[in-house]
Amino acid sequence: MAAVQSGVGDGVEEKDIKTEPPTDGFGNNANDGRVLSSSPGSSAPAASGKPAAGGTPEDQQTLLAVLQFLKKNKLTESVEILRREAGLPEDAQDAKGADSSGSGGAAGSVDLEGGDASALLSRVTVSSSAAAQAPTKAAEDQPDVNVVLSAYSQQGDPALYEVYYSGLKRFIETVLDCHRAELSQVFYPLFVHMYLELVYNNHENEAKAFFEKFSGDQECYYEDDLRVLSSLTKKEHMRGNETLLDFRTSKFVLRISRDSYQLLKRHLQERQNNQIWNIIQEHLYIDIFDGMPRSKSQIDAMSGSLAGEAKREANKAKVYYGLLKEPEIELPLDDEDEEAENEEGKPKKKKPKKDSMGSKSKKQDPNAPSQNRIPLPELKDSDKLDKIMYMKEATKRIRLGTDNLPSICFYSFLNAYQGLTAVDFTDDSSLIAGGFADSTVRVWSVTPKKLRKVKSAADLNLIDKESDDVLERIMDEKTASESKILYGHSGPVYGISFSPDRNYLLSSSEDGTVRLWSLQTFTCLVGYKGHNYPVWDTQFSPYGYYFVSGGHDRVARLWATDHYQPLRMFSGHLADITCTRFHPNSNYVATGSSDRTIRLWDVLNGNCVRIFTGHKGPIHALAFSPNGKFLASGATDGRVLLWDIGHGLMVGELKGHADTVYSLRFSRDGELLASGSMDNTVRLWDAMKAFDDLETDDFTAATGHVHLQDNSQELLLGTYMTKSTPVIHLHFTRRNLLLAAGAYNP
Amino acid sequence: MADREERRFAEVSRDSVKLMAESAGVDLGDDVAALLAEDVCYRLREATQSSSQFMRHAKRRKLTVEDFNRALRWSNVEAICGYGAQDGLPFRSVKEGELFFVEDRDVNLVELALATNIPKGCAETMVRVNVSYLDGKGNLEPQGAVPTAVQSLSDDLLKYYQQITRAILGEDPHLMKVALLDLQSNSKIAALLPYFVYVISGVKSVSHDLEQLNRLLHMVKSLVQNPYLYLGSYVRSLVSSVMYCILEPLAASINPLNDHWTLRDYAALLLSHIFWTHGDLVSGLYHQILLSLQKVLSDPVRPLCSHYGAVVGLHALGWKAVERVLFPHLPAYWANLQAVLDDYSVSNAQVKADGHKVYGAILVAVERLLKMKALSLSQPAEGATNAQSGSVMGAMGYRVSSPGLSPPPEPLSEAALGIASHLQAGGAGCPWEEWTPVPLPAMYCELYSFFGDSLAVRFSTGPGFGSYPPCTPSQLSDTRKEPSGPASNPDTTRKMPQLTANLNISPRQDGSPRTDPPPPSLAATGSGRTLARSSSVQRSRSSSSRSGQRSTGLSRDVFPKARFTSPQTGLPAFSFLIGGRQMGRRCQGRRPFQTTFAPTPPFSTIPPRAYAHKLPVIGRVGKPVRRWTCSHYSLHLPL
Repeated sequence: MAAVQSGVGDGVEEKDIKTEPPTDGFGNNANDGRVLSSSPGSSAPAASGKPAAGGTPEDQQTLLAVLQFLKKNKLTESVEILRREAGLPEDAQDAKGADSSGSGGAAGSVDLEGGDASALLSRVTVSSSAAAQAPTKAAEDQPDVNVVLSAYSQQGDPALYEVYYSGLKRFIETVLDCHRAELSQVFYPLFVHMYLELVYNNHENEAKAFFEKFSGDQECYYEDDLRVLSSLTKKEHMRGNETLLDFRTSKFVLRISRDSYQLLKRHLQERQNNQIWNIIQEHLYIDIFDGMPRSKSQIDAMSGSLAGEAKREANKAKVYYGLLKEPEIELPLDDEDEEAENEEGKPKKKKPKKDSMGSKSKKQDPNAPSQNRIPLPELKDSDKLDKIMYMKEATKRIRLGTDNLPSICFYSFLNAYQGLTAVDFTDDSSLIAGGFADSTVRVWSVTPKKLRKVKSAADLNLIDKESDDVLERIMDEKTASESKILYGHSGPVYGISFSPDRNYLLSSSEDGTVRLWSLQTFTCLVGYKGHNYPVWDTQFSPYGYYFVSGGHDRVARLWATDHYQPLRMFSGHLADITCTRFHPNSNYVATGSSDRTIRLWDVLNGNCVRIFTGHKGPIHALAFSPNGKFLASGATDGRVLLWDIGHGLMVGELKGHADTVYSLRFSRDGELLASGSMDNTVRLWDAMKAFDDLETDDFTAATGHVHLQDNSQELLLGTYMTKSTPVIHLHFTRRNLLLAAGAYNP
Repeated sequence: MADREERRFAEVSRDSVKLMAESAGVDLGDDVAALLAEDVCYRLREATQSSSQFMRHAKRRKLTVEDFNRALRWSNVEAICGYGAQDGLPFRSVKEGELFFVEDRDVNLVELALATNIPKGCAETMVRVNVSYLDGKGNLEPQGAVPTAVQSLSDDLLKYYQQITRAILGEDPHLMKVALLDLQSNSKIAALLPYFVYVISGVKSVSHDLEQLNRLLHMVKSLVQNPYLYLGSYVRSLVSSVMYCILEPLAASINPLNDHWTLRDYAALLLSHIFWTHGDLVSGLYHQILLSLQKVLSDPVRPLCSHYGAVVGLHALGWKAVERVLFPHLPAYWANLQAVLDDYSVSNAQVKADGHKVYGAILVAVERLLKMKALSLSQPAEGATNAQSGSVMGAMGYRVSSPGLSPPPEPLSEAALGIASHLQAGGAGCPWEEWTPVPLPAMYCELYSFFGDSLAVRFSTGPGFGSYPPCTPSQLSDTRKEPSGPASNPDTTRKMPQLTANLNISPRQDGSPRTDPPPPSLAATGSGRTLARSSSVQRSRSSSSRSGQRSTGLSRDVFPKARFTSPQTGLPAFSFLIGGRQMGRRCQGRRPFQTTFAPTPPFSTIPPRAYAHKLPVIGRVGKPVRRWTCSHYSLHLPL
């Protein structure tokens, strides 16, 4: 599975970078700092002599490596296809062949470490090719693992590990205060890698002693990982442990100021501490920046994820977070309004007001993607009607604020002995659906309107298709009931999502499938297979048609309802994807993971455009602000973090919940954030203030260093107890009434 | 590291691995076992780790067996079966081997598969909405409150409920029977249980209507017997309703024509039945019942019918209950009862009749107490390993053979003992802990001093009686059978004439208006005088009045008969006699008597008959001697 996650895009990129530190270490000692901080592609000497056929040189290189591999394995057809897709000329691969040998030679001539460098290079080639192939052949997993682990094979004296580590520890403890916090970041990855190296080389007792001695020094937020680590004492165990494979395959990213880094480097070189230096070279990615070293609190705010912080480059890509222009449906709206106007003479005045606050129909948001960046489904008449309904409702919306808090209705699932695992409301709050651990999905109507099925085909033939109320006539009155049960899954249903038009329902389950249900016939329409492992979450795009799913296989998939195969696969997370959310403009997808990071993916090209680190536990809730600018995330540690998508920065931390936050939702105007948790409370936060404070604040966007003020208590507007019921879903109605849902289980 | 790890994780030791291998028929070397153990530990931790993910996504805090099995399944390991039970699995240890294991009982799969008692009555999953907070204000519900209408009923169930209650409380007896039968066997009414329990708790409002009370009790019986119902904590509510019928001075009992006694008897049997079948659902139930019975018994303000209820309740709960509660209370209670029985005023007639009821109930209770106690004592002597368990087994046999409540719960008593001994340990009642059982001989002596020969149970007859107290178990086992055995027959047959004479008295005192009582005085006093001279004769005479009756039927029939006839007959005659004799030395007699009860050994040398003549003193303290004649005559008047 490790291979799967590195199959496309991001993973390959990481592998590629692997060539880089050794070259730096041995070749460019003088200016390694600068090189490290510069972009990976340009620093690779092998890439310099290549023809720039398309894309970045780095992509090119990867492609060529893949091509070479395919050719070696006589997969000529694949070679053809790949070449055609990538737009590479016929001779590109020959050039590559020459190029690779040339680079090997060059490396050899430059630094007399030719053997080592080419060995490294070959390792890269093998691993990336294995990665490319593994999705098709699981049996190929083994060599990959071996390759990854073989990085540990160099032998050092096991007894000296403790000496090395404590030597470094002593050094870091004695450096100036301003550097200490930064350099302390090295401890955890170093500790883990040294421990694993000991285990890999069968020094079991030394490994135990090492762990015993230094595990207590590590930051408390790594506790979970340390627990996993401590249970691992045998080389054999490493093979099957995905968490550790991830630790190997991905580099632990540290951000250190140049001064601190120089300090560390000098120390290690003086001491001839090669063991540690090797680890730093091989397994750590040190993102060096110029300027003030960061403080402890700054570091703590950003660290905690499985693989360290995000590289600054990772968050540099431009994100079009603005909202799409609303389609022009003013005319029918006016028609409708004229009727309503008889009662109330002001709707026309209200409309512009709504526009200004909703910012939806603005001319064109400069940050918005172009309207057709991704193809969106055409609006049907019924959609237009619904839009009109939405706008009318919006005019009656209550404006929330610090002194105007919403009313909260709690939907309790009673007698849910089978276990309620997921809940969703339709946007208009007319239906509620629950996913249950007994594999069922149940849909309730929360309005007096009962749920009806469409008549059978035979009966449908009998009705008059020309009549005005044909939509009414096709419904079978006999089937009217308050709730319907959908059977089909063979495992607990973990994720559930209504389509915006209320015609479909998606459910994702432990059985590895995502199912699409019709809410007209209450039958299953499609089972989307692809995950093969439990699918933890799924969500429809706000425009319908597309949906995203993510699960245990660490790959988020983008689907269209009419394709049985995914359109995009977003891989890069190092652990299960626990929750998935669409950006309001449908161009981006956010995924939260057990690796304690949040990634934002571009739907258009499948790239990862943002990596947010800072959570200290698996992320279980995500919510975009209605204006698309911000993201809120909640995790098992009970904290809610706020992110600025455009700048790729953490902008707030909301502390207060005592247990996992399972649900987050912004009010319709984005003024409030509601969070629901296992601790049986709903909390309301002042989102406006949280974001306003920051916008007035001078963004430290250039450095990427956030300095968060601890103002959770000021932002907390209210804590609301439920009746001993965990809150697993929240929803703001179109008029800003807050609906919460959960199952009461005595 | 090693010990630290042990603290952190569940370890599977090398020995465990070897043991498991052995049980599978594989012989493992030490090093192999060690390696395996380590790997097993690691795999276990790994599975636990990934199972927690399933828990988190199910939005639970509790890791279930199901979660763990899912984790195993996804890592291509066979799932573990047999641990999915909702209730906790008891973890037992074997002392010798320092072995710990989960109790694993055999399950009869055929029975399970064919059983229809799959709980179906679960209320449907539903969504209910309530406005929790208006405009973010008003913490309407305190934390920890529970949503209302956690269970609500489907229409069908509601209809069923209405029909059933209507049928049971309605006029048509046939309909009632059908309804009760259905209630007893319907497997889908779990959701209705609270409602039925609520209906039953309505006993308090219909205490004037014996018929309704009876029907409600039948409803209790049906619910209790329904094998598909899990009564849970509703047992408490049911018990309190039944106790109400047993103990309360029901409005219906104001009219002497109402046979509330039968109702109380029935309720008592029902109580013991509930307790036997569902007593384990509520901890300390036995204690609570006993305490409330004791409270009633020791409350002199309560009417006699309440006391009667307490006595039959204790009786129904088993001889152990009688021993624990009734027996220690007897001396104190006796005084009150005697006062009632000795009051022959017209106004007291009704009360007196009630008193005789109580007397009879007590007599029956203590007789069985003696019998069962002797039985339990003799059991070890006969070679059984454990008297208690032996008797429990016997009791179970009885229980199975007794459908419903018809036979008196004699066998149940011992079963109750078994459970009682559990409850005593966990119970909160401190006074109970101090209680020490009175040895059988002493008990017998004491009871004999109250009832004299009214006691049907005897451990020794004839002149050898005086040497009874220090008797050995082997003797006991001999004497145990005596009451019904042929050995006693000559004795009883010999006394038959006197018995009839006594019986003549009984109907009148019983309160039944039709019989014309022959003057008892002559016969009674006459025989009494002779008895006064020879105490052994006296004893056998009056006791034979009871044993004689009893010999006409089985011991099981004793209760009803004794209640209506014998107790009153024996005692009045008896007391008259002694009273007449007694008066002169009353003051002497009373003191030693009162001190006698607790420490029996010093008195064990004195034959119990020595108390017999002092007995009436209790009831007659301070009363003039001529009183009895007056009251004797007065008896005629109301009847």
